[in-house]
Amino acid sequence: MKIQEIQEEIVEEFAAFDDWMDKYAYLIELGGDLEPMPESFQKDENIIKGCQSRVWLHAEYNDGLMKYYAFSDAVIVKGIVALLLRVFSEQPPKDILEAKTDFISEIGLDEHLSPTRSNGLAAMVKQIKIYALAYSKA
Amino acid sequence: MQDVLNIRNYFPGLSQKVHGKPLVYFDNAATTHRLQSVIDAYSDLIISSNGNVHRSPHYLGQMATKSFENTRDKVQEFIHAKHRHEIIFTRGTTEAINLVAFSYGETFINEGDEIIVSEMEHHSNIVPWQMMCERKGAILKVIPFDDEGNLLLDEYDSLLTERTKLVAVTAISNVLGTINPIEKIIEKAHRKGAHVLIDGAQAIVHKKINIQEINCDFFAFSAHKMYGPTGVGVLYGKEDLLEQMQPYQGGGEMISEVTFKETTYGNLPTKFEAGTPDFTSVASFSKAIDFINSIDLSACISHENKLLRYAEEKLKNIEGIMFYGTSANKASLLSFTIEGMHPFDTATLIDKLGFAIRTGRMCADPIMDHYGVQSMMRISFAPYNTFEEIDQFYVALLRIREMFS
Repeated sequence: MKIQEIQEEIVEEFAAFDDWMDKYAYLIELGGDLEPMPESFQKDENIIKGCQSRVWLHAEYNDGLMKYYAFSDAVIVKGIVALLLRVFSEQPPKDILEAKTDFISEIGLDEHLSPTRSNGLAAMVKQIKIYALAYSKA
Repeated sequence: MQDVLNIRNYFPGLSQKVHGKPLVYFDNAATTHRLQSVIDAYSDLIISSNGNVHRSPHYLGQMATKSFENTRDKVQEFIHAKHRHEIIFTRGTTEAINLVAFSYGETFINEGDEIIVSEMEHHSNIVPWQMMCERKGAILKVIPFDDEGNLLLDEYDSLLTERTKLVAVTAISNVLGTINPIEKIIEKAHRKGAHVLIDGAQAIVHKKINIQEINCDFFAFSAHKMYGPTGVGVLYGKEDLLEQMQPYQGGGEMISEVTFKETTYGNLPTKFEAGTPDFTSVASFSKAIDFINSIDLSACISHENKLLRYAEEKLKNIEGIMFYGTSANKASLLSFTIEGMHPFDTATLIDKLGFAIRTGRMCADPIMDHYGVQSMMRISFAPYNTFEEIDQFYVALLRIREMFS
């Protein structure tokens, strides 16, 4: 599926929640289900530090596609990380570079991606794109 | 305190709703709410006194200068400083400390000199000294604290040497709440011939401050943590030290004469107030001091202490809760973690229920490292907080906990 299609799918899923509690309960569920990163990737150089929480991100490039592994110590952040991986992982670098992240504000979670939020997510999106840029010339 | 409901009326920000829920404001150590009188004064002064302070010769400028300098008098009286020119207006506590770290450093610090801070300092009272030490080749030493959050004064004794030039310590920890024995710390430093800067950011509303009794050499605090405007801080410094110290920044109003050959600096306090200050905010700050002078501070502190004890009693029932800072002598803030509830997750959800709390590393990495935690949650009280709000907070925490299980 293309990045935009996945984003539309997520927006549709979230449209079903009319209450913030349901939305966050779903994020917590997604966060809980996120597969732990292989331990070898959970190293210091992969940490994106925030004052509020930490995110680990590792990237690989295979057969024209980026593969991302990510994790966080906070479960809501992990839930959003899971959404970002669903959107960006297993996609060609060029598509990742061109992709917008509007879907995050459409599902009402843009506050968490604000650069001032200090939970590591804004920096994670930036880092996802930097990795894609590095491999876009491959 | 029977006047709690009454006191809330002075703070328009307290009656608002957030996310459709009545606001419960437990983040007072970060910033308090602002008084209606401060807001009114600001909106009045920005019209009626809109001339450049100390500069504009016209009526509006005269009014600005008058209200600005009146505030200096009020601050002097409030902290019982000896001279009005010992009061320097800054942007906040952080700038006040940076001012001393630079100006005192340039004047008095030589290679190999020693500065002492404590392990429980806010980054604002660590980083400026690190920068100064780097610049001057000085050495930074650290007074440790025990797990309850008490400074180890025996260790402090052994850190004090003939090379100690300055000790910079907080009066009240922003994370642990510990009320430090600053009088003792100051006396010991003075006996060794060292000067002392007290970070009073937290203490200014939780303790009566008499500068001449405390006898510190510098004292820094912020207006926004005492119901006043943002962007205003105060540096108190002893006259003879301020006189000797080099200016911090160059610019308008801090000079006596300027030629391209040589510039001579102005007198205190303007020597340290280069450029146009936020004179409207400074002037409105006087209303916050009026308010604190008008209330019974001891009754407020006693109410805050009751809130603290009530919160401790209530929250300790939560399984997996851990308190940080359990000194017998502490101000009304409570830092904690709860097993299975990440502070960021908790803050995100509890915000939706209308509660304003602080989470994260609280600008105090060394404290986080001391306890080996990544982040904490903190609730901090003001006299306008109520026992009912603590009950509601407890229920909200339990409700959120269910979402994580």
